[in-house]
Amino acid sequence: MTFFFEVLVNGLMTGIMYSLVGLGFALIFKASDVFNMAQGAMSLFASLALYGFLEQYMHLPLWLALLCTVAVMTIWAYAIVFVVLKPLVNRPPLMLFMATFGVTYLMEGIGQSIYGTQAKGLNLGIPDNTYEVAGIFISSFDLFFTAVAAVLVVGLVWFFQKTRNGRALRAVSDDHEAALCVGIPLLKAWTITWIVAGVVATVAGVAWGTRLGVQYSLSFIALKALPVLIIGGIDSITGVIIAGLIVGAGENLGEVFIGPYVGGGIQTFFPYLLALLVLYFKPYGLFGKEIIERV
Amino acid sequence: MGRKLMYTFFALVLTLSLVAFTGQAQAAKEKKKEGPTQFVGILAYRTGPFAAGGSGFSSGMEDYMELINMEGGINGVKYVFEECETAYNTARGVECYNRFKDKMIFVHPLSTGITYALIPKATKDHIVVISSGYGRADASDGRVFPWVFPLPTNYWSQNTAKIKWIAKQEGWDGKDMSTIGKYLKGLKIANLHIDVPYGQETKPILNAMAKKFGFKVRHFPVPWPGIDQKAQWMDIVRRFKADWVINRNWGVSCTVPLKEAARLGFPRNRILGVWWCGSEEDVLPAGPAAKGYYSTNWHGVGRNFPVIQRIIDKVYGKMKGHISFTRVGSVYYNRGVYAGIINTEAIRTAQKKFGNRPLTGDEFRWAMEHLNITAERIKELGAEGFMQPLKFSCADHEGGGKVFFQQWDGQKWVMTGETMEPMKDFVRKMIEKSAEKYAKEQGIKIRDCSKVD
Repeated sequence: MTFFFEVLVNGLMTGIMYSLVGLGFALIFKASDVFNMAQGAMSLFASLALYGFLEQYMHLPLWLALLCTVAVMTIWAYAIVFVVLKPLVNRPPLMLFMATFGVTYLMEGIGQSIYGTQAKGLNLGIPDNTYEVAGIFISSFDLFFTAVAAVLVVGLVWFFQKTRNGRALRAVSDDHEAALCVGIPLLKAWTITWIVAGVVATVAGVAWGTRLGVQYSLSFIALKALPVLIIGGIDSITGVIIAGLIVGAGENLGEVFIGPYVGGGIQTFFPYLLALLVLYFKPYGLFGKEIIERV
Repeated sequence: MGRKLMYTFFALVLTLSLVAFTGQAQAAKEKKKEGPTQFVGILAYRTGPFAAGGSGFSSGMEDYMELINMEGGINGVKYVFEECETAYNTARGVECYNRFKDKMIFVHPLSTGITYALIPKATKDHIVVISSGYGRADASDGRVFPWVFPLPTNYWSQNTAKIKWIAKQEGWDGKDMSTIGKYLKGLKIANLHIDVPYGQETKPILNAMAKKFGFKVRHFPVPWPGIDQKAQWMDIVRRFKADWVINRNWGVSCTVPLKEAARLGFPRNRILGVWWCGSEEDVLPAGPAAKGYYSTNWHGVGRNFPVIQRIIDKVYGKMKGHISFTRVGSVYYNRGVYAGIINTEAIRTAQKKFGNRPLTGDEFRWAMEHLNITAERIKELGAEGFMQPLKFSCADHEGGGKVFFQQWDGQKWVMTGETMEPMKDFVRKMIEKSAEKYAKEQGIKIRDCSKVD
């Protein structure tokens, strides 16, 4: 039984790492109805930029390197909104979605050209020790990023509920045209969203980059976020966090306890199985906003 | 005004065409003056998730060819080479192969997926496939796979050497095979593998050895791309309680086990990696967690070999290198140099029979089957300690190489000095059985090697 709880607790903490990636998707979808396929590439680029500021090209202190990375992601946000998305305003969402595919390849290509293709170790001094609590191994690294995710979620909820810009973003998300009619500048709202998503991508990039090393494969973390979004509801921040926990716990428990009976290696498709189940009963996800459109 | 502009445009086009034509004619003349050349098409991957391996390998091979050219070529025949980017994508790899197939006589596919796709094509096109340390293990049987050479040892041979090495760490003397079972009996070995055909390739040989020597093996598949392996590691350490772990992954999935093992307190010097998990790029991202980790290899690491020094002096001395100088001597770079040596020695062998001229695929294949790189020749090449002697035949396309072992000391790979001979008889029986099965399925006529020149 202790082993079961150990797998469960560690799975939950892995889930938080998935939520960090999922948050970026949810933010952009919430504000602009765009499913941003470039979120994984954004995390990759953010971690590459951070490594560049910290070690490869400059040796800045961590706080300054983080600030510079956010600045780089802000430049990206402006470029994406004004060069890629602006000409596509009022086009079908599918076109915007395809455009983000293009952004993915662009970011990966530019990232590799500037920072090289070598895998790089990113050591930010985040403690990575293991503690045994009631027979359960818990990693301090995972605990640290659980706390970071908690702070991030509280911050985002506050931003969306309490600030003028946050409320504007919610209005844009509800109805672009109505928001424009009451004087909310659409492009400004989108730019803010992409900047916030860039900040979230930086946090996710730091978390995964410290864990896996800064390398091209960081782009793949987006794959882990997809079932999280389906289960939680693509436009719900709370949903993404809870779904991340469900996916993390589900895939780890599934791999350890069901895997051996079916040949193992099920942890990738197991969350999708859960997502299908959720879709069957709740098509908009557990916390997604149900949209009823009149014909 | 319009007519004037048109005349100017035509005059410009004519001038440019003349310049281009003269340039081409001059280049052709110079090429003729330079003498005969042998074309090598390189299926490289300098982009994508595995770029570290692809860029190191292709650059090592190119630098070696550059060195040979600077030293006058192979009996006057110089290399001409061209890269095609595959990004480790099988479809793109096949596309690159099609682009080069009319000019090249051998190909290093640099990917198990591309190798599988190219075996039937290359056989038809009479192009030798050299899958150094990857691809199909049963392609070692030249009776069934005349055009494929998985040198210097295939995955199955490599795994028998690994098990012998593990037995040695447990106290075996490394010589007497009749006593090896005593040291392996009861051991628990976890085979952590990426869940793709490459990862699954060694399951049969490990199962067969477990049965023969009495150890327990359990396979832990890691779904692609393997960025999270917490579940597998909790199972390996906390439930299975493995004594040894074989790390058979690729790319980022090679690094993750080192971090997870560190978190769970599993000693890194009880993890033994496949040679595709034994580069600097696999361990550096893991930081201190990688210290003590072992991996296999089939060539030397570092720059302390005369052949590498020659490359540094001549190729990099004249700024003709194909990669950042800091990577010269790294694992993947040296692997490319090793491939360059094999290509060159095979061409030399062929030239002895067919004359000092560019070769055909058939001639190169003949040479591969008669290639004998002795210890003396290795010394002459300046590759003593860098590679093991190899000898091929019609039936044996593996070459009989030994397996090296190396350990990460936190800063660099250090060769342990041990070389382990695979369990040849044990593996060969399984290779032949599998190859014969393949021949039957594909309707391939098995060659009678006693009647082959």
